[in-house]
Amino acid sequence: MRVIAAMSGGVDSAVAAARAVDASHDVTGVHLALSRNPRSYRSGARGCCSIEDAGDARRAADVLGIPFYVWDMSEEFADEVVDDFVAEYTAGRTPNPCLRCNEKIKFAAVLDRALALGFDGVVTGHYAQLRTVDDGTGEMPRVELHRAVDHGKDQSYVLGVLTQDQLAHSLFPLGGTDKTSVRAEAERRGLQVAQKPDSHDICFVADGDNAGWLRDKLGPKPGTIVDESGETLREHDGAYAFTIGQRRGLRLGVPADDGKPRFVLDIEPTSGTVTVGPREHLRVDALAGVRPLWAGGVPRERLECTVQLRAHGDEHAASVEVSDSEVRVELRDPAYGIAPGQACVIYDGTRVVGSATIAETRRVTV
Amino acid sequence: MNDSRPTVYLDHAATTPMVPEAIAVMTEELARTGNASSLHGSGRAARRTVEEARELIAEKLGARPSEVVFCSGGTEANNLAIKGLYWSRLAQDPACNRIVFSAVEHHALLDPVTWLAIHEGARIDTTPVGREGRIVVDALREAVESDPASVAAVTTMWANNELGTVQPVADVVAIAREHGIPVHSDAVQAAGYLPLDFGASGLDAMTVTAHKLGGPVGIGALVIGRELQPTPLLHGGGQERDLRSGTIGVPLIAAFAKALEVTVDRQAEMSARIEALRARMVDGIRRVVPDAIVNGDPEPGPQHRLPNIAHVTFPGCEGDAMLMLLDAQGIECSTGSACDAGVPQPSHVLLAMGYDDVAARGSLRFSLGHTSTEADVDALIAALSGVHERALSAAQVRSTFDGTVRSAS
Repeated sequence: MRVIAAMSGGVDSAVAAARAVDASHDVTGVHLALSRNPRSYRSGARGCCSIEDAGDARRAADVLGIPFYVWDMSEEFADEVVDDFVAEYTAGRTPNPCLRCNEKIKFAAVLDRALALGFDGVVTGHYAQLRTVDDGTGEMPRVELHRAVDHGKDQSYVLGVLTQDQLAHSLFPLGGTDKTSVRAEAERRGLQVAQKPDSHDICFVADGDNAGWLRDKLGPKPGTIVDESGETLREHDGAYAFTIGQRRGLRLGVPADDGKPRFVLDIEPTSGTVTVGPREHLRVDALAGVRPLWAGGVPRERLECTVQLRAHGDEHAASVEVSDSEVRVELRDPAYGIAPGQACVIYDGTRVVGSATIAETRRVTV
Repeated sequence: MNDSRPTVYLDHAATTPMVPEAIAVMTEELARTGNASSLHGSGRAARRTVEEARELIAEKLGARPSEVVFCSGGTEANNLAIKGLYWSRLAQDPACNRIVFSAVEHHALLDPVTWLAIHEGARIDTTPVGREGRIVVDALREAVESDPASVAAVTTMWANNELGTVQPVADVVAIAREHGIPVHSDAVQAAGYLPLDFGASGLDAMTVTAHKLGGPVGIGALVIGRELQPTPLLHGGGQERDLRSGTIGVPLIAAFAKALEVTVDRQAEMSARIEALRARMVDGIRRVVPDAIVNGDPEPGPQHRLPNIAHVTFPGCEGDAMLMLLDAQGIECSTGSACDAGVPQPSHVLLAMGYDDVAARGSLRFSLGHTSTEADVDALIAALSGVHERALSAAQVRSTFDGTVRSAS
């Protein structure tokens, strides 16, 4: 196949590209420039991390002997991912921009462009497995998305938004390997990025400081933090700095009457009121999700399955009812700190069935 | 990968192969030892090589040997000219703090000018250009004459690196001369392709670089009148009239001189041959893509445009997609502008000419040089139809992109 290898400059995508080359694919390395950085004047100062990352990706492509280009996806990224991130926080929800990027950029804008330019698909360094299933009916074989062998690194959650069509044009060569082996392999292949640290933060937010980034973007939006009785505990300068389930950084000063730690229970975006209370009040036993996306066909019947409600979160046994525009999920065991805006990814064993964006949760009354 | 396919190199304006004569000279010089500033025999021999090279370059450019200041290349020469003249003129008169320049200068000039504005408080005056990329002389005159005493320097490139459009250097010189303002011209693209005569031009300073005319990368010169003493950028051993300290690169300089000699001697014949190749290329492009637009001045000749550059807009396409598809077939060209991250930016030159962002992104620069052949041009034309078709459909995917995945079949 002629494939695009999306190369971030990290070790995973470099090894994924290398394996695609080994598998005799005709590979072209592409680094996605996602940051909108209009510099009419180039200061000559040390570049931002994305320029360094582009350089790392280029060096990896050199070592692999594949052509390399930078694709400017900054407009699409700003429109689809960054603006959405801001809008979601403004609405009191907690978005996951990585899922959004996969859904709208990597496996949409990039894949579409690649296909139009004569490529057959895209290779990425995501930790997830694809399995082709031919049921012998003469239909096109289906492609299933499964969790990675390395459960600690598994990224099937952020790929839960991909449809069959997208999966059929994707290659994830790392799904069967653990991260340690990937680093060792990078070393063996002479890739300079072998020991480059993993990235954890949101790529467009410096230092992982979401609240600070949003404050710069949105300006102060003062409001109050109240307890469940409605008593004001303190003022804050922006409800977007808070996430449901958050405990740290509340700076409430006085402890609760019972001395127990307090958590963000609710965010009312219009008034900016943030309600805090004890952990038990975060218990959720059901939720509704909107914008469902299915890795295969739309499930016809109620699913007895598991769901994952945030990146690297636990799996919960659940029963899922599917309708056209939403899913209703009953959790067998309660979950805590579930924030609207996050994805509910539905699994059948290791297989991703689909996903929906959490719109509402039902708190367990105690 | 295209290991086995011969490369069709259509990016001579980025850099052009060294002429064999220059390689021979440089190889010979690399084997010799001697610091041109040393007083012993080896030093004297090295100095002799440098001075003979300087004399040769001066002769071929219509300058005096003492006017040739060697430096690392076009970027450094432009920086030395513009910053150096600004600082030295300002030192004489604190009110002399204005720079008049064209909107289509290369980044190697644009960025030092902007830097002076941001960090040194220079006032900068951009001269607009017309649809062919040629500066509007009356606008420049107005900018200068609004307050001539405040102008530290005027600068305009000889020929534009993206379009090949030749600037009215003589007119600019005439305007500045009236007021005793020094004029600099970046002639990096013009050298070797157009007859250049520094003395006859009336310029006070002119930038040339070796690697655009068959010499090595890493050497160039600022040709600058003896009476001008720009403030140096580099301080040290006082080489090059005290304008450019640093050990003199003898092999580079020798090869530069040889390349310039060879190229200037063949210039008339080569330019005619390349002009014919360009015509063949442009005809072929128009035949394959009838709506392609060739930008810049259509008229050939040293007052109009370079013979070797064809800058083409392919409506509805993205230049970087076409570049990639051509590259996959071993055909190498340029989008005309790039930044260090490799992200294609819409060209400031095209934007200054009144093109919109989309048209600016949908353009390619094909540039010919001394090794170009009809076979190169024909290979481009043969590949172009398929490449154009693909790029067109890719751009349509992008422009209709609405966040949903389209059918991939």
